[in-house]
Amino acid sequence: MEGDEDKDNLSSVKHIVVVLSGKGGVGKSTVTVQLALSLRQAGKRVGILDIDLCGPSIPRMLNLQSKDVHQCDAGWVPVYADRERTIALMSISFLLENVNDAVVWRGPKKTALIKQFISSVAWGELDYLIVDTPPGTSDEHLALVEGLQRYSIDGALLVTTPQAVSTGDVRREITFCRKTGLHILGIVENMSGFVCPHCEECSNVFSKGGGEELAKVCGVRFLGCIPLDPQLSHSLEEGRDFIEEFPQSATFTAFKHLAQAVERGPP
Amino acid sequence: MADVPTDAPQHCPGTQSEQAGKSSACQGCPNQSICASGLPKQPDPAIEEIKQKMSTVKHKILVLSGKGGVGKSTFSAHLAHGLASDESKEVAVLDIDICGPSIPRIMGLEGEQVHQSGSGWSPVYVEDNLSVMSIGFLLGSPDDAVIWRGPKKNGMIKQFLRDVDWGGLDYLIVDTPPGTSDEHLSIVQYLSAAQIDGAVIITTPQEVSLQDVRKEITFCRKVNLPIIGVVENMSIFICPKCKKSSEIFPPTTGGAEKMCQELNIPLLGKVPLDPQIGKSCDEGKSFLTECPDSPATVAYRNIIQSVKEYCSSHKVSDK
Ligand SMILES: Nc1ncnc2c1ncn2[C@@H]1O[C@H](COP(=O)(O)OP(=O)(O)OP(=O)(O)O)[C@@H](O)[C@H]1O
Ligand SMILES: Nc1ncnc2c1ncn2[C@@H]1O[C@H](COP(=O)(O)OP(=O)(O)OP(=O)(O)O)[C@@H](O)[C@H]1O
Ligand SMILES: [Mg+2]
Ligand SMILES: [Mg+2]
Repeated sequence: MEGDEDKDNLSSVKHIVVVLSGKGGVGKSTVTVQLALSLRQAGKRVGILDIDLCGPSIPRMLNLQSKDVHQCDAGWVPVYADRERTIALMSISFLLENVNDAVVWRGPKKTALIKQFISSVAWGELDYLIVDTPPGTSDEHLALVEGLQRYSIDGALLVTTPQAVSTGDVRREITFCRKTGLHILGIVENMSGFVCPHCEECSNVFSKGGGEELAKVCGVRFLGCIPLDPQLSHSLEEGRDFIEEFPQSATFTAFKHLAQAVERGPP
Repeated sequence: MADVPTDAPQHCPGTQSEQAGKSSACQGCPNQSICASGLPKQPDPAIEEIKQKMSTVKHKILVLSGKGGVGKSTFSAHLAHGLASDESKEVAVLDIDICGPSIPRIMGLEGEQVHQSGSGWSPVYVEDNLSVMSIGFLLGSPDDAVIWRGPKKNGMIKQFLRDVDWGGLDYLIVDTPPGTSDEHLSIVQYLSAAQIDGAVIITTPQEVSLQDVRKEITFCRKVNLPIIGVVENMSIFICPKCKKSSEIFPPTTGGAEKMCQELNIPLLGKVPLDPQIGKSCDEGKSFLTECPDSPATVAYRNIIQSVKEYCSSHKVSDK
């Protein structure tokens, strides 16, 4: 596709939010999906761009694994999660022949595809574009920040789990944000406390409080704790809408607060 | 097809072919201009140097997972502690997670620095027979981010293998970041002449994790990396109060067990969720000695035993 770099498919996107963490498996993709579902429930149109090229999770979490993308004049048509087209998704999964195919690519190829994702997906009008990223501070992250340079990004949402092993990596991610001029919306502590469904005892399976502590040390807004909730992991496995199904849960409330903080925008 | 790089685009004509850099498959490949220039492609001389360096290392084990946060670093550290509990064995851990090094903290070496010796960088020692190398030892402060693209990461990995004074080792355990990209290709390529015993693959029970792990297994098969087996981590959680178990990360598609059956790979064991594991990691202590009687320790020990057995039988069949 020639001249892709000059295409402007993001001109009708009002807000861009990047979900980041230095650490793997802390719930970046989970937060991306729940934030999208919460914003949708608040009446917004949301797009999700999944730039985790080696380990894309969003298609399964939205039950869209087997879908394909198509071309139109403006570029790639994203995959929609619903008939009303309130959630749109672009992921490398949609370009693979077989779900188990490994994307064994070095940096330059990853960079090229991410740039293409930024320029060539026909999102149409969106209130929010949420970008899910792999862990780290490398090719994908640099490609994203470069590719989005001419747009105004609301900022980055940093996800961590409570343990020091995790907050240590997120601390480096904060430096990445500061060096690349990416505004930080705040830090979310995920997998914070598990309430036993049998006896209601709360266990801090992955410790407690590290996210809030990190926010304090680094002078970043703290956006709350999300509990470790088996109903959430179950919903994600089956690609169901947790936000619609469990409005009574503490987890729901935590995501609602997060979505409101994102809607309020930078402090 | 020795001259088709493992990261080549589909239908790559091969680097030695007449069509190299010119066929339609070459469009967009980062190596297109190198191939098209017709320069005869020499293998990286480092591969031979690394082979020399590694001639005193008996067993090399990679710890891999397509998925982030499943416990690769935790397992790498505890595999090392377990193997090093035999004082007659020399064990080392190499952390090639360049952007998110966890090994220094998990092994209680935060703030340590490497020293230059006559024969290269000296690794940092946890015990007399357990040494560690990580980019974490080269950073000045906990805020330092390593914002590097692939080539710089690859250069660092090369240095770790070639320029560290590893000495004679029974086991070298390599902890990796998630994915199938630069770090993974580089470690496999740089160790291609020295030979890797195999990879231990870590997963958690849920499909969100397994779907990435299957990709990692595809990668191993593509690059001819033997798979020692799979470890299912964070399998169940036993409430310390009521002793009932919960599936926090539910095995909705049959967990690692079913995947292993389908792909014909050994399942080395299952490690339950235990808050003490996270705590030990944060404090840089070995969970195996902190909680010697817990079910998770028993599971770890059995897995470590299987890895040992794999390595010793592997050596026999090699000679
Ligand atoms: N609050 C939670 N309660 C229960 N399970 C959770 C929670 N948050 C995430 N999970 C589960 O943990 C696993 C890891 O989460 P997720 O895939 O979102 O992490 P990630 O940071 O995107 O990982 P990666 O670094 O591999 O991209 C998933 O199976 C998810 O369903
Ligand atoms: N069985 C377990 N029970 C409780 N906590 C665990 C268990 N295994 C690992 N952990 C904790 O989970 C967190 C993630 O583990 P770890 O850092 O080893 O994962 P990883 O796969 O190396 O992650 P990354 O992809 O970021 O490199 C750590 O805080 C670790 O202490
Ligand atoms: Mg993810
Ligand atoms: Mg790790």
